[in-house]
This record gives sequence, C-alpha cells and structure tokens, in this order.
Amino acid sequence: MGNVLVIAQIIDGEMKKATASAAAFAALAASHIGGNYGIAALGGDLGKATDALASLGAAKVHVAEAKELDSALAESWVPVLEQIVKAGGYSVIVSPASSTGKDVLPRLAARLDAGMASEVTGVAFEGGKLVYTRPMYAGNVNGQVVIETPIQVITIRATEFAPVAKSGSKSPVEKVAIPAPEAAIGRLEFLGFEKAVSARPDLAEARVVVSGGRGLKAKENFKVIEELADLVGGAVGATRAAVDAGFIHNDFQVGQTGKIVAPDLYFAVGLSGALQHVAGMKSSKVIVAINKDEEAPIFQVADYGIVGDLFKVVPELVQEIKKVAK
Amino acid sequence: MKILVTMKRVADPDNANKVKISGDGTQVTSEGLEWKPNPFDEYAVETALRILEDGVGSGNLRGEVIVVTIGPDEATQQIRQCLAMGADRGIVVQAEDAKLDATVVSKVLQKLVEKESPDLVLMGKQAVDGDSNQAAQMLAQRLGWPQTTFAGHLDVAADLKSATAIREVDGGAAKVKVTFPAVVSVDLRIVTPEGVSNNVAPKDKAYQEGPRYASLKGIMKAKKKPVETMALAALGVDTQPKVRVLKYTQPASRKAGIRVETVQDLVLKLKDEAKVL
Repeated sequence: MGNVLVIAQIIDGEMKKATASAAAFAALAASHIGGNYGIAALGGDLGKATDALASLGAAKVHVAEAKELDSALAESWVPVLEQIVKAGGYSVIVSPASSTGKDVLPRLAARLDAGMASEVTGVAFEGGKLVYTRPMYAGNVNGQVVIETPIQVITIRATEFAPVAKSGSKSPVEKVAIPAPEAAIGRLEFLGFEKAVSARPDLAEARVVVSGGRGLKAKENFKVIEELADLVGGAVGATRAAVDAGFIHNDFQVGQTGKIVAPDLYFAVGLSGALQHVAGMKSSKVIVAINKDEEAPIFQVADYGIVGDLFKVVPELVQEIKKVAK
Repeated sequence: MKILVTMKRVADPDNANKVKISGDGTQVTSEGLEWKPNPFDEYAVETALRILEDGVGSGNLRGEVIVVTIGPDEATQQIRQCLAMGADRGIVVQAEDAKLDATVVSKVLQKLVEKESPDLVLMGKQAVDGDSNQAAQMLAQRLGWPQTTFAGHLDVAADLKSATAIREVDGGAAKVKVTFPAVVSVDLRIVTPEGVSNNVAPKDKAYQEGPRYASLKGIMKAKKKPVETMALAALGVDTQPKVRVLKYTQPASRKAGIRVETVQDLVLKLKDEAKVL
C-alpha cells in the first residue's frame, strides 16, 4: 500500500524527541500496510541532527538543507516535501503536532489533495484501512477516522507514542534537490524569531511539569512554582486563566489551545481544573493537585490531592522533597 | 479593504464535557447545549473590526467585513451575532456539519474568495469542536496565497496593504511580514488590548480584553444587515469529505485518586508508591 514519511522536528540543529515518537507511529503504520518508513529533514543547518535521524531505523533519510528552509515557512517547505513524497512513493505523511507540524502539514495536504487527521493518538488496521484515533471536543470525545485518499496526512500527539529505540545500523542519507519556490513566498518575509528564554526543560519533553493557575494571584508569585520546578528538574506550565491574567507568557499554557503534555509527574497548583486545561494534561502518569477549594474539579482527575493554601503547601513540599533527596 | 471572516457555530465549549455520544457511536449529540460562534472565530471578527476602525467618530469602517459560515440555516443566528458586533454582511452556505471536513470547507471558501475577492481572509486557528486546525492552511494553499497562522499580534500598515504578524509558535514568537491578499489565522492573544494596531486609530485608543459585546444599537442594526444564503451544491465543488468518522468513543476517564492530609505523606507516596520522585 505504500511507505510512511516522517517529517523531522529539528530545532537549533538538534533532533527533538517528538521525531522519534513520530517514527514510532510510522513504524506501526508501515507494519500495517506492509511498507517501510523514511524521514525527511528540512532546515538551514541540520547540524548533528542527521546522525540522530539516521539511527531511528528508517529505510532512508532525505535531507534538504538550504538557507530559505531555516525559518520553516510552510510556503517554502511544501514544494520540497511534495517532491520527496512523490519521488519516494510515500502514502502516509506524519509529523509531530508541533506548531511547525500544524502550520505546514495542512498546506501540504491541500497541495497533494490528501485528507488529513490532526493530533492523532493511536492507529489500528481494520478492514484493510488505517484507522486513526483523534481527540475532539477538548478531549471529551475520541473519533475513529479513516481517510479516503491515496495519500494521507497526519499529525500525531507525540506524548502518546513512546519514541523508537536507537537502531544499531545507520539509515542511508540522501540529499534532496530544492525545487522552485511557490509564488506565495514572494508575499511573505521572515523577520525573526524571539526565543522564549528558559533554563528549564521543554514543556513537551519534561519528565515533571509544575503548573500554576489563577490561585497564584500575581505574576511575582509564580516564583513559588518555579522553585518547585527547579528542585525536581521540571518545566513550568500555566492555565489559560493565568495567561489571560498576565501572570505568565502564553508559551507556557497547557491545554486544548496550548501545549499538550504527558509527563511522569504533573503538579497542578492553584488551578481549578477547567475542561480545556485538563484536556492538555490528563495523559500525565501521576497527577498531584494542590488547591484550597476541596470541590475543585481538578481533584476528580488527580492521583493525589492536598486541600490547602498553595502558599503554605508548596514551600513545605519543597522542604520535604529536599529532605528525601538527601 | 475587504475582509472575509469565517465562523463556525459550535456547542458551548465551556460545556464540552456534556456532549454525548449516540448509542451506536455514530453521532455526537449536543442536545441541551447552547450554540455559540467558535471562540477563535469571534476573535477573528474582532480582529477585522480593529483593523478597519479609524478609532474616531461613529465606528465607521475603512472597508467591509463579511462573515461566512458553512452550516445549517440556524447558524444565521450566530452570523447575526457577528453582524451585531459590527460586521457588514453575512453568507450562510447551507450544509450538514457531519458531512464536512477541512478539505470541503477549504474548497467552499476558495470559491467564495474567488467570488468576493477579499484582500484578507481572517480565520480562527481552530474550531473547538473538531479541534483540527487545518482549514486556514488548506485554503491558503488552494488560493496560492501566503498564510500566517496562530497570529497573536497584527500590526497592519496604514495603507492596508500588508501586516507584520507575531506568530505564537513552540519555543517563542516568530515575526513575519505578509503582503495581502493573505490568509491569517488568529490565536488567543490577538484580542488582548494591544493585539491589533492599524497605525490610523489614535495610539491611546484603548481596547478591552476579549472580543467586544454587541450593543443594543448593534443588535438592532444587525437585523437589517444582509445575509445571503446559498446551497452547498450551487458552488460547484466536490463536497465529498476525505475524512470519515467511523465511530465516536468515550475516552477512558481518569479516576479520582486519594486525598493526603500532610505534605510529608504526599512526598512519601510520590517516592515509594508512585515512584516518581
């Protein structure tokens, strides 16, 4: 039925872990349809990412390195991807549902006249067809969907697929010729990227996430969250309410319209557990809720709950964790 | 300048946990829930108004805002809501929600764009029922236009020919300059007080947080504004969805765990029972 193509997620010359999760999805889908999987890497400077990609067990790694691909504009990436798809006979194209994946893949799908499923969390094979599971209605409903086009385009929720193990052998690497750009690129100018500076791990990849909500009451109070996060090597997250209130930048928002996270340990601090927030964190392995309102819905999804004032509980928690860490 | 804004009616997203799946799993029912414009689409309407307002006088716009929906006749009500905010006219393309996917939606919108020739298409980044986040990007490709997705800030040139956008992306913010015509999808922060600047309205023009409420005058006016209705079939596009839902299922729900009384207890449990510390 064809082969599966993974579109790699590379930032600052480094392969992001989500790529290995997309490879896991690709290996599974390829085994169902009796094909293999390749990887496409696009960027200005792929650095050491190529080596990492070659160890993911793919039949081939397609490398497209050009300055104009660096800013990951959909208009510049789509013609390159179209060429790789057509030359490689790929019938399923998958990317992590990162902001680049969400931006580029639908445009690619339209270019290929392919149907698309977003934020897929599972794939099965029934009646000779790939059946994708995807959350809808803020995660309150799962849809089991099939795509009725020869080429199928998918973004996956990387947290739902364990990354493939490193392969002992190296995949062959093939350089891709860069096709002529789309006309639309002439009306678009990339002016720059402002990186959200943080010494903490990436929200999407962190083993521990500490999230704060409206209960933090003020921007300065987020240091309570930060202290706990730093102690356990975790990332800081926030609810939409905390973002709206200006306590923290939007980049830290966890939820249906923010980041989807699934760490081993999630601390929900001073947040009620609004539907759209829970949609973004309920796949966490262990959830701890700290809230002074014992009726807060967050306790309905938490493995461990403490009813109490976060400004007392969290500092105490920091002291206790320091003790056991000794 | 002509701005086309897309709007989908959705079941009240604050009650999405109350949507039910039919016994045979073939349908999602939103019975008893209120229909609302998709929040991100409401932000797109607000964005269009802020772009075109000169910020002085009686709220006249420097152009036209057209709001389009593809859905049942009843969605006319949500179109009127957008007209009451200040948009000029509406279009309802009659269709059954369950028979649409992003491919069909983007093809229908492509036809409407060809018919209306707007300078800008503004869309919400995703509908909060389907959560697909595809239609804007697909439309841009079909039109051969540039796309600017997840815009959290738009600085529109005074001549209305281009905009500088700050896009909310993983790890930070990307800044692009886009020359119209273009497709722009908006994110949450576009409706912060400083989300849109148009370089014509006075600098001290203060916007509230979030989309504007319709005034009583706005609601009265909206009743007289034109809403055109057309059949999906009349647009001459392939209306066969490419993505088919076989069935809907209820995701496994998390069970509430235990309450612990002390922080010491919590730390011991995390260390010895859950083994995550």
